[in-house]
Amino acid sequence: MAAETTALGWWGVLLAIVAGTMRGGTPFLFVSLGECLTEKSGKINLGLEGTLLTGAMTAYAISYLTGSPWLGVLMAGLAGLMLGAIHGWLSQQPRVNDVAVGIAMIVFGSGIAFFLGKPFIQPSAPQLPTINLSNAAMPPALQAALQISPLFLLGLGIAPLMSWFFRSTRWGLYIRAVGDSPDAARAMGVSIFKVRLLSVMIGSFLAGIGGASLSLYYPGVWTERISSGQGLMAVALVIFAGWKPVQCLWASLLFGGAQALGPALQSVGIQEGYYLFNAAPYILTLLIMILTCSPKRTLSGVPGALGTDN
Amino acid sequence: MRLHLSRRQVIRGLLATTAFGATVKLGTGCAASSSDTVATDDQPITLGFIYVGPKDDYGYNQAHAEGAAQIESKFSWVKLSEEANVPETTAVAESMRSMIDSDGAQVLFPTSFGYFDPHILKLATEYPEVQFFHCGGLYQEGVHPKNVGSYYGYIDEAQYVAGIVAGLTSKTGKLGFIAAKPIPQVLRNINSYTLGARSVKPSTTTQVIFTGNWAEPIKEAEATNSMVDQGIDVVTCHVDSPKVVMETAEKRSIFCTGYHANQSALAPKGYLTGAEWDWANLYAQIAEDVKAGKTLTEGGIPHLLRGGLKDGFCKVSDYGLAVSSEAKQAADEAKAKLMDGRLVIYKGEIKDNTGAVVVAANEELKQLDPKLESMNYLVEGVLGSVGS
Amino acid sequence: MSWRTIAWRKTLESTLIPFGAILVGLLLFGVFCAVAGANPFAVYGSIWKSAFGKWSTFQNTLIRAAPLMLSALCTALPARLGLVIIGNEGALVMGGLAAVSIGLAIGTAAPPLMVQIAMGLAGMAAGGIWIAFAGALRHYRAVNETISSLLLNYIAIALLNHLVGGPMRDPSSLNKPSSYPLAAVNMLGTIPGTRVHWGLVYGLIACIIAYVLIQRTTFGFAARTAGGNIRAARIAGLPVGQLTLIICFLAGSCAGLAGMVEVAAVQGSVNESLNVGYGYGGILVAFAARHNPIAAIFMALLVGGILASGGSLQRTHGLPDATVLVFQGLVFLVVLYSDSLYGRFSFFKEKPQLVAPPSPPPSPGQESVIVS
Repeated sequence: MAAETTALGWWGVLLAIVAGTMRGGTPFLFVSLGECLTEKSGKINLGLEGTLLTGAMTAYAISYLTGSPWLGVLMAGLAGLMLGAIHGWLSQQPRVNDVAVGIAMIVFGSGIAFFLGKPFIQPSAPQLPTINLSNAAMPPALQAALQISPLFLLGLGIAPLMSWFFRSTRWGLYIRAVGDSPDAARAMGVSIFKVRLLSVMIGSFLAGIGGASLSLYYPGVWTERISSGQGLMAVALVIFAGWKPVQCLWASLLFGGAQALGPALQSVGIQEGYYLFNAAPYILTLLIMILTCSPKRTLSGVPGALGTDN
Repeated sequence: MRLHLSRRQVIRGLLATTAFGATVKLGTGCAASSSDTVATDDQPITLGFIYVGPKDDYGYNQAHAEGAAQIESKFSWVKLSEEANVPETTAVAESMRSMIDSDGAQVLFPTSFGYFDPHILKLATEYPEVQFFHCGGLYQEGVHPKNVGSYYGYIDEAQYVAGIVAGLTSKTGKLGFIAAKPIPQVLRNINSYTLGARSVKPSTTTQVIFTGNWAEPIKEAEATNSMVDQGIDVVTCHVDSPKVVMETAEKRSIFCTGYHANQSALAPKGYLTGAEWDWANLYAQIAEDVKAGKTLTEGGIPHLLRGGLKDGFCKVSDYGLAVSSEAKQAADEAKAKLMDGRLVIYKGEIKDNTGAVVVAANEELKQLDPKLESMNYLVEGVLGSVGS
Repeated sequence: MSWRTIAWRKTLESTLIPFGAILVGLLLFGVFCAVAGANPFAVYGSIWKSAFGKWSTFQNTLIRAAPLMLSALCTALPARLGLVIIGNEGALVMGGLAAVSIGLAIGTAAPPLMVQIAMGLAGMAAGGIWIAFAGALRHYRAVNETISSLLLNYIAIALLNHLVGGPMRDPSSLNKPSSYPLAAVNMLGTIPGTRVHWGLVYGLIACIIAYVLIQRTTFGFAARTAGGNIRAARIAGLPVGQLTLIICFLAGSCAGLAGMVEVAAVQGSVNESLNVGYGYGGILVAFAARHNPIAAIFMALLVGGILASGGSLQRTHGLPDATVLVFQGLVFLVVLYSDSLYGRFSFFKEKPQLVAPPSPPPSPGQESVIVS
């Protein structure tokens, strides 16, 4: 027991941030990739916060009931898919605003997750196995930091895949067309309704998996406070990333690392102002938006139909 | 008009049906003895419990809810009216009012600290016949309404004992404490834990990390991890739900001591011991007092109910596998001394971690001392600051 | 004659559709309760009884509705300009912080009425500036106002926690870090004969003013025009930037006033209880009311009622605390959906000739059949 550890001091802060990027960044990665796909098709889904919670609860419950965490991950994605179907269908009805539906879906999704999740707060569910990239010669702290979640690797793979999908496949083109200029898409004979519905659903599937990473990997529990707003932040992250999947990856790592900053700084003696440290990612995002946006030109990568009624 | 009346009658009828259904359910759910005690002299007493979070948070709220559930099954004449996730706004005032008006609650237990001022104080003036027992508040004679009482446990006694175990188990001499906010109840736990550890190993330090909120699972996990990276090998916490801290500590192969409830199942290898609430004793005592016709208003029940290990308000978890016999012995000894009053935790001279004397050399702050309930310092040996 | 018929049908449409939607929402919730093992009819009875049934319980609904009315305007007003603002929570928090700061700074040096007015103005100014900032970013830097106002929420809450935990903290607030309390004389009382605080009256007045401003003034007309088509508005010479800033300021000041009411009528000091979701509730109220300030009053009452019934769902029916979230979510999803039903029923369409007394409108159940 109690491995012989040595104090790492400021190296510990660095290590915490690096490890935190991978641990805490994984849910951000999945929700932001999901939101990116959704927004590319021209719809916003603010309801991913509810999807994330439902995903976290479903994954934990299924893993506990069946003993298979991977089945939990799959079911979390499917639960997300169902919530996405509601959002995708409802937000495309005439005069129905997608931001409003998103907020209603947060209430509904979290309600469902909390309602069904009550019996699963107490028990410990089997966790996803981690992949060990370290060797025994490394210091224990580094060994712990190198326990990588397969979900993180999965997300790492999905990001470039999604980039390629948008750039080089027919379906990717459809989604971009629907998101950029629905009229052109209509002329191509693409069903805007179907493309958007599918995009929102697949996006929510990913967000559901993001929830699974919260409850089955890090921090690895199911409680009603498991998400600290990662789902809502996805929308900001995607803007931060300029609607580019690979940049979603960097943005997620940054946000994940920022979550580790406050506790890590306190552990080396910087004790005051932690509320402000914790708000750093939001301030940073706002600043970057202010600096990169301009009324003279539209942001590169922004889907043209985003936030409009068609 | 006619339609309105008839609809009302329908609703009333429906309500009556469900009420009947509920009674039947209760009747069959209780033990056989309860059915024959339902006599005319056994007037049921309705107790209202209000929780700030979900009832099953593996922590603070659950400890209260379990206490409530235990007295409900213990006494056939206790009826519970419970509401969870009630924010500290007008919502709690309305919940209390509704419990009194609709459910006929005679005794209320609003269990969150933030319910006290202004919500409980306002309702207590409005309903002088209802008894309000508030957890954690400080009743002030002459300032607060007479039908308000406050109860709280010296769980820091259990933390002191846990600190002894932690101090004697730690190899690095560095303990970690993950806390939500620098408030007196939390600071007292951190200080007692540290004083306990330093009473057996004076060189021990406790690193404290404040997460800023009562439930921040990711930050709690990050805090635990960064503590391990700094060479800390025993952690404990004061947050709403200690589950994350315990499981993360176990994953990183360090020791932990629990809080609120027994978390040994979450960390079978590293769980040393823990400070647990045990509200059932107190709740049972209050219920029986009320049953006997005693009230806060007339002074039959004291306005300040405080107790520690001796009074059964809290307890120390059973020692885990990793606890040495030496540590067990030291801890048991301290526990015995705390219970018979020979040991006073806050006995001078105690300095805070900036070097200022907070308890003078000849001063002895007994547990009931109100000074302890407004603690605003961290004792020598704690690495951290009370500022936010 | 025929003009009156049209108006009558339109009014009927805009009354029956939301009502039908609420009924469908209730129906779905009933099914949910039945699945969860509670008797839906008994649940309906409890909801009615605990939210609207008696004057005493209706006051519970009114108390909960008051902050929602003010908070809803923070989304409803900018929506007329085509902006989707969700920074209600942040503006509310900033309003509460500013109101307490002014209230504490003046203390008892001025008559209570003056202090209250100063607190109200401070709250409105702080909330207004907070949202006007999002509006300015939109206009001058083309920053998406939805996202910026969302981020501003998090920043305001962090600021609140920081100030209350440190610089503004009253050391005697012990286990719930709070600012120093406002002097008791400076607190807003309750409306005589009720236990409802004056925030309700503020909310009602604000909604009525907002309605008049948007629907009956040239300013409102300009805003609605600009909201309809920003490019056309620019060509027509409308000062779009000014409109954006003014509307956003007014919107934020409503939420800021809600924050002031929360501290000056309920809490008595500023602490983390300021951030309990009135902001997000307000967004839903605004959308469900189709950004009509008068309709927002009724939607706020509906949400107030749902929240008020949450307690009895737990206590009478043994349903978990999350049930009220499901209830709220279902009702809102259906109400939002109902927005798409306008103009889909031939019954509500204008008819060239007078018709015989109308047959009963289609029941909600039939409505869903027509969905394309």
